[in-house]
Amino acid sequence: MSEQKETIITVRNLVKKFGNFKANDNLNFEVFKGEIFGFLGANGAGKTTTIKILCGLWAPTSGEIKVAGFDIYNQTEQIKRNIGYMSQKFSLYEDITVFENIRLFGGIYGLSRHEIAHRAADLMHRLDLEHSRDKLISSLPLGWRQKLAFSVAILHNPKLVFLDEPTGGVDPVTRRKFWDQIYEAADRGITVFVTTHYMDEAEYCDRVSIMVDGRIADLDTPSALKGKYGVKNMNEVFLKIARIKPDQNN
Amino acid sequence: MALNINNIHKSFEGLQALNNITFSVKEGELFGLIGPDGAGKTTLFRIITTLLLPDRGEVDLFGLDVLKNYKKIRQLVGYMAGRFSLYHDLTVEENLKFYATVFGTTIEKNYDLIKDVYCQIEPFKTRKAGKLSGGMKQKLALSCALIHKPRLLVLDEPTTGVDAVSRTEFWDMLKRLQKKGITILVSTPYMDEASLCNRVGLIQKGNLLSVNKPENIIAEYQRELLSVSSDNLYKLVNDLRNEKDTHSAFLFGQSVHLTRKDRKESVKQVIKYLRDKGHGSIHINVIKPGIEDCFMDLMHKEDEFLLSG
Repeated sequence: MSEQKETIITVRNLVKKFGNFKANDNLNFEVFKGEIFGFLGANGAGKTTTIKILCGLWAPTSGEIKVAGFDIYNQTEQIKRNIGYMSQKFSLYEDITVFENIRLFGGIYGLSRHEIAHRAADLMHRLDLEHSRDKLISSLPLGWRQKLAFSVAILHNPKLVFLDEPTGGVDPVTRRKFWDQIYEAADRGITVFVTTHYMDEAEYCDRVSIMVDGRIADLDTPSALKGKYGVKNMNEVFLKIARIKPDQNN
Repeated sequence: MALNINNIHKSFEGLQALNNITFSVKEGELFGLIGPDGAGKTTLFRIITTLLLPDRGEVDLFGLDVLKNYKKIRQLVGYMAGRFSLYHDLTVEENLKFYATVFGTTIEKNYDLIKDVYCQIEPFKTRKAGKLSGGMKQKLALSCALIHKPRLLVLDEPTTGVDAVSRTEFWDMLKRLQKKGITILVSTPYMDEASLCNRVGLIQKGNLLSVNKPENIIAEYQRELLSVSSDNLYKLVNDLRNEKDTHSAFLFGQSVHLTRKDRKESVKQVIKYLRDKGHGSIHINVIKPGIEDCFMDLMHKEDEFLLSG
């Protein structure tokens, strides 16, 4: 991280209600440029709601939120152009080829034909996928798909990329190789906002927030959190903070 | 033995999904099948539960052959599929009633067995299954798999995508079911769950890498494993990978797990190398491997074996 901390996400008093239910209950936090920010929480804690709001897909009920310098209420189109998004559940279209996926997402992100051709060639070269250019995504091993999905999510050089459980289900070597890619992106100055259920991955983040019942229960560096709760690893931190009555509500 | 699996082969359109799988599960055991997506876990479970035919090999459950006695076996097995097999437009209670009726029983008759799990969702019994949270769906699916009092419970990735707290609770529930005498076969991609099983099978690309007690798998690890940390984790893992005697270097939380080709004076040499590279606050010590270290090592050996033909 640079000495001067530039803010890329600012969230002030974010509230999102569904009827009487507060999915996000007065959230306040910042994410700094170039950091890897871990956004943790139990199932149903409200993480997905927050991510949808930060991506400009849902309007909050109230609060002041800026993403990549743009306002969440009336500049959602600019936000979408400046962010990337990837999740394990949705990333690439399986019934079209590697190149077609790159072309499709390049087009969606507003890149010119020339830029798409150039970046596609560069990307396939770097990922060693040149021989698979015309293969269907469904025919690729999961590890390759994931690498490609991440590269496609940052094809337009966004300021910020959201990764929603990107590593679910992959083997331990592939999972770590994926984190090498995340580090590389952060090193290039792309801010990474990531959710995960693997608590060892929480250790790789610069800072981690833990959400419980729609609120941010704690937010700090992994080492500070471990020190504060007097435990050895992030799994224990998570269990200490998030162990609540099961399934009160979703 | 509750379950005997013998030389099972299965391929789909030329893709070898299962390659000569052989292992047994003892009666009353909690057995974990551990491996990533695409390893063949679901295919194997579908063969065991009589839903898919193997190309070759035999499976018997409580002495019954899966091909000849599939009807009897279905009464003995409770299967919770990876994608929840619940009817979203039925309520919690209707789902449970449906499964009970299909197996010719009633909720009341076997309430004792499911009580521990079901009581947590019973307050929502009039809610549609589609409106439940992930954790609640999981508990309902487990209740449905248990309602006919199976002798063997087969659970396909019940904790995937589930948070660390719910995962811990789910495993506590499994332990309590095991105490009631139910044999449990469970699959998971989470390596850290291995220690919660009596025995585990590690599976990768259709090949069984090892079957043993978790502590024995760890005892069989032959390399010297070093845990290394410094003031810059990303640079550390890259520098260690570029060192000539490095065999493998992987991130593990706040440190790097390192194995070397040569054991001689490894600690001293690594410290010197990292100092020369400009690292500060270098810590290095020999540690005991976890299941994930073992899995990665076995994966590597398997790849080498396949490459050497």
